[in-house]
Amino acid sequence: MIPAIEIRGLRKAFGKQTVLSGIDLNVPAGTIFALLGPNGAGKTTLIHILSTLVAPDAGSVRIAGHDLVGGKDGVKRSISLTGQFAAVDEVLTGEENLRMMGRLSGLSASEAKARAEELLRRFDLTDAARKRVKTYSGGMRRRLDLAVSLVVRKPILFLDEPTTGMDTHSRRALWDMILGLAEEGVTVFLTTQYLEEADQLADRIAVIAGGKIVAQGTAKELKARIGEDVLELRDERDEVFREIPTGGSVGEIKRLLDDLVRSVPEGARLNLRRPSMDDVFVALTATPKEESVS
Amino acid sequence: MTTRTLAPAQSKSASFGAAGAVFIGRSLRHSLRNTEALMMAILLPIMLMLLFTYVFGGALDPSGHYVNYVVPGIILLCAGFGSSSTAVDVATDMTNGIIDRFRTMPIASMNVITGHVTASLARNLLATAIVIGVGLLVGFEPSADFLEWLGAAGMITLFILTFTWLFAAIGLVAGTPAAASGYGFALLFLPYLSSAFVQTDTMPTWLQWIAENQPITPVIETIRGLLTGTPIGNQAWLAVGWCLLLLIIAIVWGSWSFRRKAGRR
Ligand SMILES: Nc1ncnc2c1ncn2[C@@H]1O[C@H](COP(=O)(O)OP(=O)(O)OP(=O)(O)O)[C@@H](O)[C@H]1O
Ligand SMILES: [Mg+2]
Repeated sequence: MIPAIEIRGLRKAFGKQTVLSGIDLNVPAGTIFALLGPNGAGKTTLIHILSTLVAPDAGSVRIAGHDLVGGKDGVKRSISLTGQFAAVDEVLTGEENLRMMGRLSGLSASEAKARAEELLRRFDLTDAARKRVKTYSGGMRRRLDLAVSLVVRKPILFLDEPTTGMDTHSRRALWDMILGLAEEGVTVFLTTQYLEEADQLADRIAVIAGGKIVAQGTAKELKARIGEDVLELRDERDEVFREIPTGGSVGEIKRLLDDLVRSVPEGARLNLRRPSMDDVFVALTATPKEESVS
Repeated sequence: MTTRTLAPAQSKSASFGAAGAVFIGRSLRHSLRNTEALMMAILLPIMLMLLFTYVFGGALDPSGHYVNYVVPGIILLCAGFGSSSTAVDVATDMTNGIIDRFRTMPIASMNVITGHVTASLARNLLATAIVIGVGLLVGFEPSADFLEWLGAAGMITLFILTFTWLFAAIGLVAGTPAAASGYGFALLFLPYLSSAFVQTDTMPTWLQWIAENQPITPVIETIRGLLTGTPIGNQAWLAVGWCLLLLIIAIVWGSWSFRRKAGRR
């Protein structure tokens, strides 16, 4: 299959600060790809490069078969971007924003109007359609921002932390929508700080840290590397003083507890929880060399 | 939200003209909704006309014909103020994520700027019409025939376009809307240092030199000549030359900075 996104040896530095130091990635068409990484890992920088906003220092990138440097127009024709921070016109109303983007995407006035109405309905914004975006709440603004990216369907959709700041209901609805888009053949490249989100949505996940992809694979493969559940030990003041990754089986946890009973202080309490982004990150960055688990 | 989104596939995009029209419409909406700037565009000409005619007019020219002298100056002063908000509009767009969205679309995103320029032109032509209207009410007696009116309108339009583009370039270069507004302020002093309000030969020699060799004076003299029949001489050529030169500089400077800023937020 032709990959929708093909990245080879991509590098980018801002002044003396190297942000991306050799990224290689392949995203097959029609799949959902999640890029997982902590603050400042370079997720936004990578998305900006892939969406033609920032020029890379080195490396080659092909988007939907178009070269990022030589075929910028072809790339722009194939992509749609929802950035990390809402990119909507504050002075206009929600409806006017959608209609404007529809017109800019080549829809006729009546097509743009119909499309705006449909999207407002889908994103629960019909009541606020005629209000200026300035008066929107953060979550409403985010939903409008996403709606704007879907005014016309492009083969590749970039979403930079799409659900940050959304309530649970909107987040689930957006997840469903992303899954639906992938079903229709849209390639979705998203970044997130939540393992759960990557887990729920992505066909493949890559973890970025220190300017490199430190691991990639399916959610299952990644979790196999960090264990199923994390055993947390808390002292009397309810502060976590130890975290132990486990395979999650009863036998393993019993053996672990048998050992711990002898070593932990009196009054220590335990708690089992799912691995968090931090755990994945700590586990995966412990081995600095890139290593594909697939 | 529903489960499935069936976005219609679309690979074509708006033509250059269609995108331009969309951006002009957007900027006009912005202008109409920025109540302060709109009030300023309407009230400032009225207030300045009354101020210069009734408060300063008597002292500057006791014969009572000062209004004939000052109309071109007030037109330019208002056009300066009116176009200065373009710097803030452009800087606001450049620091908001929306510019990134436009840049990732297969359209000429520089049209965002030409949209603001066109809206400024519309606002300032309205302000000019108000200056002339109020002027006529308080005793302005233009001697222009149809062709001279046309010439004056052309000169004023070219001047507004030049000033607006200069402010747009300032908005593109400035890092923030506040900085844009600060840098733009300097340009607004130019009309005072010209023949707009007093004849240059009343100024000290060094100032006279500045006043006679800066772009505003020939523009004022040209408009004044066309509207009230004072001698123009070579001022018209100087005025058009100055405006075109500054216009080209502003467009080149602005476009360069627009491209350079890509992804530099
Ligand atoms: N235009 C720029 N100029 C200089 N440094 C930059 C620029 N953009 C990003 N950086 C730096 O690059 C690094 C990576 O930033 P980036 O925004 O890509 O991280 P991120 O993974 O998206 O983080 P977050 O999760 O906080 O959004 C940061 O250290 C940031 O300071
Ligand atoms: Mg980011």
